[in-house]
Amino acid sequence: MRLALPLVVSALLFAMGVFGVLVRRNAVLVLMSVELMLNAANLNLVAFDAWWSDTLHGGQVMTLFVITIAAAEVGLGLAIVLKVFRTRGTSDLDDLGLLNERAETEQLAEFDGDGPQRDLRSEAGTPDVTEPEATR
Amino acid sequence: MNGVELAFVLVGAVALGSGFLVVTTTRIVHSALWLAVCLGAVAGCFLLLTAELLAWVQLLIYVGAVVVLVLFALMLTRAPIGPTPGAPRGRVFLAAGVATATALVLLGTLLAGMGDEVVDLDGTGVGDGEAVGSALFRGWVLPFELLSVLLLAALVGAIVLSRRRQDEDGR
Repeated sequence: MRLALPLVVSALLFAMGVFGVLVRRNAVLVLMSVELMLNAANLNLVAFDAWWSDTLHGGQVMTLFVITIAAAEVGLGLAIVLKVFRTRGTSDLDDLGLLNERAETEQLAEFDGDGPQRDLRSEAGTPDVTEPEATR
Repeated sequence: MNGVELAFVLVGAVALGSGFLVVTTTRIVHSALWLAVCLGAVAGCFLLLTAELLAWVQLLIYVGAVVVLVLFALMLTRAPIGPTPGAPRGRVFLAAGVATATALVLLGTLLAGMGDEVVDLDGTGVGDGEAVGSALFRGWVLPFELLSVLLLAALVGAIVLSRRRQDEDGR
């Protein structure tokens, strides 16, 4: 069998994984696209193992390790996604921009759970600290 | 093109087609189900490349465990059943451009380097349980043991992360 066939399949599969990671908004779907990329790498490992006629089967053992690590990764990743969903109420990556400096203030207000109140307070322009001095 | 190559082209086409549907379909649950088809087709590719044990491991762990885990996560995060709005058009074009560039770089490198090589499937030993097992426990024992520690750490971490504490009940 020509080596080019598995190489072409794995390169295209990897590119699809890249596309999915960049374009998807749901965190679980991004993890699924990462699985596609890992599978492309696995296919390459197996193809090169067969091409090399490796008696130690280095490529296949490495693929076994990659599958194990992928299982651990997806377990932990989904646990994190569930935790994020429980605290923030969404798993949409576009809404999870707490560390994004452009949207910092809106996100912080949302995160505290009293976004509208905080917005009113900031619109009034009187921070809480100055109020006691004014009354004094 | 002999029979094995024809079979590989067919299985590879199934893998690529279902992989394309995984990243483009608008229904989230369908995407997870197409992922099962894609991973199964990759298992078929493994089988055609003489990696017999790996094909079964792929079916058991990926199709059996990972896809089911993903489906559970989709249900627990209340993913919508119906079609969801896709990404903005600009981002789709940007992602398609990056993906095309990645594909071109990978294909160019691999085909320029190894495009004419031929895999001698009869000369290579079949990667059945005996061959992979003896390779694993002769040359790769230390990484194997390290991976068992990694899996234990991942297990404990996943339990700790998903446990609901008493004092932060509302969160």
